[in-house]
Amino acid sequence: MSDNLAASPLLSVENLKVHFAIRAGVFQRQVGEVKAVDGVSFSIGAGETLGLVGESGCGKSTTGLALMGLVKATDGRIAMQGAEDVTAMRSVPRAHRRRMQIIFQDPFSSLNPRQRIRDIIRAPLDIHGIGTTEERRAEVAKLISLVGLRPDQADNFPHQFSGGQRQRIGIARALALKPDIIVCDEPVSALDVSVQAQILNLLADLQRELGLSYLFISHDLGVVEHVSHRVAVMYLGRIVETGPKKAIFSKPLHPYSELLLRSAPSHDPHRRHQFSAVSDDIPSATKKPSGCAFHTRCPLATDICRRIEPQLEVKADGQFVACHHR
Amino acid sequence: MQDRVLEKTMEPALAVSDLNVEILGENGAFPVVSEMSLSVRPGETVCIVGESGCGKSMTALSLLRLLPDSARIASGSIRIHGEDFLAMGGRQVEDFRGDKIAMIFQEPLTALNPVLTIGEQIAESVRQHRKLGKREAFARAVKCLELVQMPDPARRARQYPHELSGGMRQRAMIALALACEPKIIIADEPTTALDVTVQAQILGLISDLQKRLGTAQVLITHDLGVVAEIADRVIVMYAGRRVEECSVYELFDNPIHPYTIGLMGAVPRAASHDGEAQTAPERLTDIPGTVPPLWDLPKGCAFAPRCPRASARCLEERPPFIEKTPGHFAACWEHDNVR
Repeated sequence: MSDNLAASPLLSVENLKVHFAIRAGVFQRQVGEVKAVDGVSFSIGAGETLGLVGESGCGKSTTGLALMGLVKATDGRIAMQGAEDVTAMRSVPRAHRRRMQIIFQDPFSSLNPRQRIRDIIRAPLDIHGIGTTEERRAEVAKLISLVGLRPDQADNFPHQFSGGQRQRIGIARALALKPDIIVCDEPVSALDVSVQAQILNLLADLQRELGLSYLFISHDLGVVEHVSHRVAVMYLGRIVETGPKKAIFSKPLHPYSELLLRSAPSHDPHRRHQFSAVSDDIPSATKKPSGCAFHTRCPLATDICRRIEPQLEVKADGQFVACHHR
Repeated sequence: MQDRVLEKTMEPALAVSDLNVEILGENGAFPVVSEMSLSVRPGETVCIVGESGCGKSMTALSLLRLLPDSARIASGSIRIHGEDFLAMGGRQVEDFRGDKIAMIFQEPLTALNPVLTIGEQIAESVRQHRKLGKREAFARAVKCLELVQMPDPARRARQYPHELSGGMRQRAMIALALACEPKIIIADEPTTALDVTVQAQILGLISDLQKRLGTAQVLITHDLGVVAEIADRVIVMYAGRRVEECSVYELFDNPIHPYTIGLMGAVPRAASHDGEAQTAPERLTDIPGTVPPLWDLPKGCAFAPRCPRASARCLEERPPFIEKTPGHFAACWEHDNVR
């Protein structure tokens, strides 16, 4: 199964970089650069979920946006199975966009408040010129029931829905073009847990029914573990570890993955952590440390870590780690 | 066991009974917190857990009498070290706030004053309650920053909130709350805005400080993981009311209320990796529907429309909040029938 996926991934991303200029002064001269995404590679197979996990500022959302062409990639290669590389193009062609859609984190700001939901869901069909008016109407009705909304809600406006229902509308809109891959950018972070579970279940059902692939971006380790087949851990613009979900969560090899897992609350009062109150020096993407970006917080750090950036290397079955000491 | 002994020997630092809070809306007042009671002893942490709109933050704000103008305490009592907080006049309330009872807010960037340095803000609070000179107060502020393990406290005291990272700001916020050594701390989602590695540090800090200072803490959160890490006792709220209350161990071992049980099933967990092969993600037990709006609550149990065990009685009559097993309270008609 995994060999098969490796042979012909649905989506492959190679050495993706997204750098933003820092400008200052009257003439807005470039004074620096934020390397938000700095050489990220991964692939996603058909029907697979890759969980992209990391803390704020690690570049996980920017990676998702770059795949969608919503921010311009500085360098790298984004290729869908059976299609050309889109990274170099000035704008991402519609045929590419059609195969990859996105669900945003905030179900309040990602829906036009002045549109009825039937129009919101129909918009992608209009833009891509799919079907006749009658076919589009039928398709919208199908999508509305597919995501668990009632047909009579089609004429309502977004403000008439709860957060969970709005997220369902966002999902219906993403599904309208029958994409192969959906980038889920923190799709449940804004939701209460009881509603979060509904949406996670819906995404799992849709994956099974439609054979969808997901790039699931989240800071929540519990959610990532629940939804993913494979996981990639990001730190300051780089993937520091990637592999099968089970391996990452049971034997993480990168010290940062270990720290993340150790920091997650236990959900069991009998097995409490002894969290250390000591603060460590957390760098930001604007002031990225030299060498391995994690060396300022790493218990294993030595001189080589300060000088040379480690590359992802296979360390166990399917588990890739970027660390000089593992 | 130890809990029981403490219970007998120690007076609660904070005792709230039968608190009712209402919001004054366009169509009259509607309750946001109903029949809320809680007591916290020195050294104890009580967590109030629930989803958005359950009334947990309104409860927190009323404990400090910081409710917005649109809300008011309709009835009930709040006693701080035995003194009636609700009967106090404005001046006395200000004397109490910060000195006897203090609050840690969720978002330190909005709760801290952007035009004052961290040190100035803490010193200001100290001078409000203690007769100290400016310089002494500032020195005290640096001490407070040291207490919360702020790296390089003397330098940080001269910095503005925007110059600090999220975790540092939350440390400053905690230092501010602790400046006058209050015996009661109310913390409203103190780690929600933080990354998980920083959250772990702040949780570690909060429990360290409590051990050292013996404060009584009320911690408001939506996160059962935080509850499991830090609570002694837990109150679960739904639609403005308590639905369950017991020790943290009892809550996770033997939850009674279907809402609590539902919440626990709904949380995907990053714990327990005992090596069992997990191929496809299993389904989470979701709770169907959504929280009812507070201005339009169902007649009986507010959770009944979403409850898998609801009976005809649940839809008609609100269940009383009573002791189901020793020390374990819940509001549910069906519990007795199930067990």
